[in-house]
Amino acid sequence: MLRDAAEGTTVADYSWPEPDRRGQIGRGPARLDGAVKSTGFARYPSDRNPPGLLAAKILTCPHAHARVVRIDTAAAEAIPGVRVVQVIQGEGSEIQWAGDEVAAVAAETDDIARDALRAIQVEYEVLPHFVTEEHRERAPVAEPGSERTDGDPDAAFASAHRTVEQTLGMPQMAHMCLEPHGQVASWDGDELEVHASTQAVSTLAGQFASELGIPATQVRIRTEYMGGGFGSKFSPDRWGIVGAELAREAGAPVKLFLDRDQEVSVAGSRPSAFARVRVAADEQGRLVAWDSDSWGSGGLPGAGQTPLPYVFSRLPNRRLRHTSVPTNLAGARAWRAPNHPQACFLTMASLDDLANELDLDPIEFLDRNLEFTGRADVYREELGIAAGMAGWKERWQPRKRSRDSALQRGLGVSIHTWGGRGHASNCDVTVHADGAVEARIGSQDIGTGTRTIVAQVLAETFGLELPQVRVSLGDNRFPQSGPSGGSSTVGGVSASTRRAAQDALREVLARVAPELGAAPEELAAAGGRVFVEGEPSRSMSWTEAASRIGGAPVSAQGRNPGPGRLISSGVGGVQIAEVEVDMETGVVHVERMIAVQDCGLIVNRRLAESQVHGGLIMGVGYALFEEWIPDPVTGRLLNADMEFYKLAGLLDVGSLEVHMMTGPGYDERGVIGLGEPPVISPGAAISNAVANAIGVRVPYLPLTPDRVLDALAGRGGIA
Amino acid sequence: MRPFSYAAPATVEQAVSLLEVEGSEVLAGGTDLLSLLKDDVERVERLVALRGIGDLSGVEVAGGRLRIGSMTTLQELRDHAEAMAAVPALGTAIDGVASAQLRAMGTVGGDLLQRPRCWYYRRGFGLLALAPDGGSMVEAGDNRYHAIFPQGDARFVSPSSLAPLLVALGAEATVHGPDGERRVPVEALYRTPRAEGERENTLGPGELLVEVTASVGAARSAVYEVRQRRSLDWPLMAAAVSLHGELPRVDRARIVLGHAAPTPWLAAAAGDLLTGGELTPERIEEAARAAVEGARPMSGNRYKVQLATVAVRRGLQRAAGMEA
Repeated sequence: MLRDAAEGTTVADYSWPEPDRRGQIGRGPARLDGAVKSTGFARYPSDRNPPGLLAAKILTCPHAHARVVRIDTAAAEAIPGVRVVQVIQGEGSEIQWAGDEVAAVAAETDDIARDALRAIQVEYEVLPHFVTEEHRERAPVAEPGSERTDGDPDAAFASAHRTVEQTLGMPQMAHMCLEPHGQVASWDGDELEVHASTQAVSTLAGQFASELGIPATQVRIRTEYMGGGFGSKFSPDRWGIVGAELAREAGAPVKLFLDRDQEVSVAGSRPSAFARVRVAADEQGRLVAWDSDSWGSGGLPGAGQTPLPYVFSRLPNRRLRHTSVPTNLAGARAWRAPNHPQACFLTMASLDDLANELDLDPIEFLDRNLEFTGRADVYREELGIAAGMAGWKERWQPRKRSRDSALQRGLGVSIHTWGGRGHASNCDVTVHADGAVEARIGSQDIGTGTRTIVAQVLAETFGLELPQVRVSLGDNRFPQSGPSGGSSTVGGVSASTRRAAQDALREVLARVAPELGAAPEELAAAGGRVFVEGEPSRSMSWTEAASRIGGAPVSAQGRNPGPGRLISSGVGGVQIAEVEVDMETGVVHVERMIAVQDCGLIVNRRLAESQVHGGLIMGVGYALFEEWIPDPVTGRLLNADMEFYKLAGLLDVGSLEVHMMTGPGYDERGVIGLGEPPVISPGAAISNAVANAIGVRVPYLPLTPDRVLDALAGRGGIA
Repeated sequence: MRPFSYAAPATVEQAVSLLEVEGSEVLAGGTDLLSLLKDDVERVERLVALRGIGDLSGVEVAGGRLRIGSMTTLQELRDHAEAMAAVPALGTAIDGVASAQLRAMGTVGGDLLQRPRCWYYRRGFGLLALAPDGGSMVEAGDNRYHAIFPQGDARFVSPSSLAPLLVALGAEATVHGPDGERRVPVEALYRTPRAEGERENTLGPGELLVEVTASVGAARSAVYEVRQRRSLDWPLMAAAVSLHGELPRVDRARIVLGHAAPTPWLAAAAGDLLTGGELTPERIEEAARAAVEGARPMSGNRYKVQLATVAVRRGLQRAAGMEA
């Protein structure tokens, strides 16, 4: 127990066990729901089919900018099996992007709903559109943004030893959740239940309630499983509210999930980022100045400045200008590590080119400049480990100029950072007299393994195995816990669960202490037993101990934030890519991705590595394949499908090699989130590896064959 | 989906009479047509499913000829050891369809007669994708995957995995119709539509592709596809070549590009250039360059010209056993 001097009272010592006393923490049990997911038994929100279910579909606007002149739903309403037709944006509405919702239908089957959509007559006045923000000079509206100068960049550039300058960029891309956005909404009188594919179980109810004009207490949100969000599923969205309204009007449950083209076009994108970057170093290879003139778009809202120069944020001389360019495309949403992959690519590609200009090994160049980062020691250690894994010293060569063979290999490196502090979370832990232990938490498992993490913390605290504990989540009737964003979930839920579990355990120990002839604080729980510290013979089984609590279960609530050092924030990672480029076709293949990452105390090693694998796979995707392709003619996306919106397949991602930083210096920081950091560097690392392989920078992501061939031919700059 | 009727004839003759009625379409593996119907890109009055006609499936190698029934699935053909031994390049072409599901359901006839993937066509702007003012949406828009040999107003590309090779092999197609059977070179199955609404194939009302045949053993052949992903992806460019003669002497060569033009694109000049000479690296290079003579790339697909030369060169090297 700790004595809190200021309060003069005793506060519990909330902490993680020391390394030699960990039963669960740091182990790698498979995710608890792995079997039900991989066998198809897990019921996702889109798998819910309550009796009497109606199917709902949304009519979208085919024009990127238009006014609704007239809308006639009579023919749709007359179709047998159509139950409700709702106009979402009626006459006079100005539509600002193709795919925006105009009307919705609830019908007895999917096919009838689609027939009804086709029967709705809409007359549009088509207005001019702009969807190609790469050409900012053509934008009808470009909001001249901020300009900020620190130090004296002009003087620093004037006296610099080497300077590189070029324009780099990456387009908008989609979240492409495999389970599209949507929900099943059912009413029981004035009570609404929504099975939602969401990242925000605890906060969704209030949003539904205020839109629907009912008390939040009458909204139940359930999300047992969900098929991917990546930052795009925090709100009910208009289709969520419409789905609930259709259900209310029809008096029947309504399933409304977006079609794939809608999912790609309107349900989430990452903003583009372009920049004219100038960066300089002195003769010792130390950075002296940065100047960037950037622009980008996240659709209609435009896009803000990304954090430049990335990671090397203590560089004293810099000038940042930024222009936000609105387009007639749906608004961007938080995409896994918002703004970081863009800033990372713009920065790390520029630094890599500067290292090349200085005739320096890029790892050596990064190393010489680490004092401009916040965590030089960590990056130095990680760079060393990553270089060792890659065989960098033996295998790295300066950029090739030769075209001696069609296939050229290259290595590239990048570093990144993220916060990842645990969010506000509450958790109830209950111990029953039969020894069963349950946590109830209003969180959600968005595929990261949250359910398993909570179970491990329970099992760790009570000295049990995973099958002996139960985790109930994905329900807003459970204690509220934060949305899963910003890599904040693992810290939030592990801390609230640990505090609740430690409190509940203390209460149990207090009940059995007299029987064991010891003070409660002398007791510990491990290996399925409760015993006196240092005297394992004075013990009883966990089941016996629990039986002493009597008829009423013991329960405790834990909160985060709270006392004790269970979590912190701030992580750094290093990634190295090895690529093979076909010099004649421009086709890039990733051979290896090496990721070295810290995230404080790792609760589940396998899940942590799985998060890094997922980040690397998504990273290969946006480095090589993924982009929104808006049509300058129609303003529509030409690849709102899974055919030409290309995701990385398993044959495309190469060998993924992960090293997690653990042990002294890392573990004692507590739990830190990991979902986002590993997706930040791949674009930069792969671009740098391609530059290393082919001798020139391809200034644009994704690294498609046309862009690679253009760069090899000395063509194809941006804007 | 819009209503349609469904017929499952048991014989080719029944199928022909069903298909004579306007609005009827063949349903083979369904891997493409059903998507077109669901997306309301195409409409049918009646689907005529061929799966029940046993005569249409099967592979046979006999008397120096390969015969492939049009309803043979790609996987059945891939698993046919004799066919693969006779024309190994068929295996390369089928393996390019990097999806077990598509190989299992997709048929040889369906591969040959599948509709183009042009993203304007697939979004309901028509196969020619002409704007109201008659201008080409493809020219004005994003044409990175379109034709480098546009024909007339057509700028889409022929997507078949097997057609370039079959054309290179001089294969023949057997077509059944109301007037009986006709046999045509495989390239004669294709045409460039001149007006919106015209098809990119030459099958008339009631006509049905029954089988393809090719003589085997006389030529060395190869397929080389450039694709960006190793996982399921369309080729950006494909070349099929066949070489007759006792190498390095070439008596006759045929070079055909896929994903280059609205039809399988016979690069006749490139083939002629090799005919009657010795196959050397220099001649291969000349042929590769000749294959793209007259290419007219658009704003976004210039790179495909280069890909075509690479595909032809690598295809020839592969056929000749000269791969780097």
